[in-house]
Amino acid sequence: MSKAPPPGRPEEFDDIPGTTLFDMQRSRQGYHLNMFCMALMKPENRAEFKANEAAYLMKFPMTQEQRDAVLKRDWNRMIELGGNIYFLSKLFSSDGLSFQHVAALMTGSTQEQYAQMMIAGGRSVEGNRSKSDARSGRGAAARKTARKPGGKRRG
Amino acid sequence: MARIVASVNVSHVPAIGAAIDLGKTQQPYWAPVFKGFDFSRKWIADLKPDVIILVYNDHGSAFSLEIIPTFALGCAAEFPPADEGWGPRPVPVVKGHPELASHIGQSVILDEFDLTIVNKMDVDHGLTVPLSLMFGQPREWPCRIIPLPVNVVQYPPPTGNRCFQLGKALRKAVESYHEDLRVVIFGTGGMSHQLQGPRAGLINRSFDSNFLDKLVTDPVALTRIPFLEYVREAGSEAIELVMWLIARGALDAKVREVYRFYHVPTSNTALGHIILENLPKSGGAARKARAGGAKSRAARAPKARAAGKRRAA
Repeated sequence: MSKAPPPGRPEEFDDIPGTTLFDMQRSRQGYHLNMFCMALMKPENRAEFKANEAAYLMKFPMTQEQRDAVLKRDWNRMIELGGNIYFLSKLFSSDGLSFQHVAALMTGSTQEQYAQMMIAGGRSVEGNRSKSDARSGRGAAARKTARKPGGKRRG
Repeated sequence: MARIVASVNVSHVPAIGAAIDLGKTQQPYWAPVFKGFDFSRKWIADLKPDVIILVYNDHGSAFSLEIIPTFALGCAAEFPPADEGWGPRPVPVVKGHPELASHIGQSVILDEFDLTIVNKMDVDHGLTVPLSLMFGQPREWPCRIIPLPVNVVQYPPPTGNRCFQLGKALRKAVESYHEDLRVVIFGTGGMSHQLQGPRAGLINRSFDSNFLDKLVTDPVALTRIPFLEYVREAGSEAIELVMWLIARGALDAKVREVYRFYHVPTSNTALGHIILENLPKSGGAARKARAGGAKSRAARAPKARAAGKRRAA
């Protein structure tokens, strides 16, 4: 566990379940995808995009995989390919969707289920801290004792 | 001389801006959120700050991926609201304070914080939502505002300790300004939330509650939280909380908690809000402003589950 992280990317960055860290490498990978999203902050660009999405996307030197993910509005895939949620918000805002709506889509819940989960206090961190927890089926309790006390307490 | 008298820390959820702009504040979902700010609006109206230093993060609005400043300082005379994909929010243009901002830039850079100076910038919901919560919908914002955007979008963000130390440098800068100004510093963003991927919707009430407690009594302990722990414990966007440490660093070691409010959910986010004041010094600006002013009874939103508590002076 205590081996030195590989140059560039600490192992821990990929250990949180259902979470993609937008670090410098991903930022580079997603540069043109995110810059396309930025372009949608101008009304004239939004109009041009809406008129012919596939053609508009050709203006940006992103990968075809990234373009396909945009056309399909596959939000998790866009994130996997270097998209960042704040840049992607320009795309879903121009679709008339809210952060909550898209969050629900990314979790695979219905809008109703997701809204209810939030009203009931949100998704619990227990069991969601580490992929190793999720794999072993261990609750957070086991992990908690292993971790030094930090910014959490009062279970 | 100018003086930082208090800090206002508050989440800056974009849906709050939409609720205000679309007249939904009295709807059952939103009413408890806005009720949680009744006290705060009265408090700041009584305090009448001359200037707000508003620490927030730009959400890919003014700064794309072309330029990513870790700490930036808005030195312009005006900052228009940004178009974030649905048109600019119908809020007043933000009026800056170029003289004080330039002074701060000079002082803080010589204090070894390499700020990026920004003379043209649109400001997004990260800056305008806290103003709306504290001031409602005025024709003009009632004071000058110096935006201080921090990168928390592309990792790594600045460390909590760096943020805390920047707060101290800001205080020193403000206190060496010639004009008598009452300054309030805002630290915005947070609390626990994750907007992306299958773990979206994460809320960690005990992390938030501990953060609020320690912000008052032991902020140095918070400066040691590594950024990955924010992500793991409180969600990938909870890292915004490091900005609260800038505001905290600008205050005295010992402060008074004036008001606290915590509410879940606000869209995908746990909304947190806390007001801290430096303890009154004889003839202090805060005390002068408050004499005969703010009542000491916080309006506590009945549905605010965790906190809404306030401590007596």
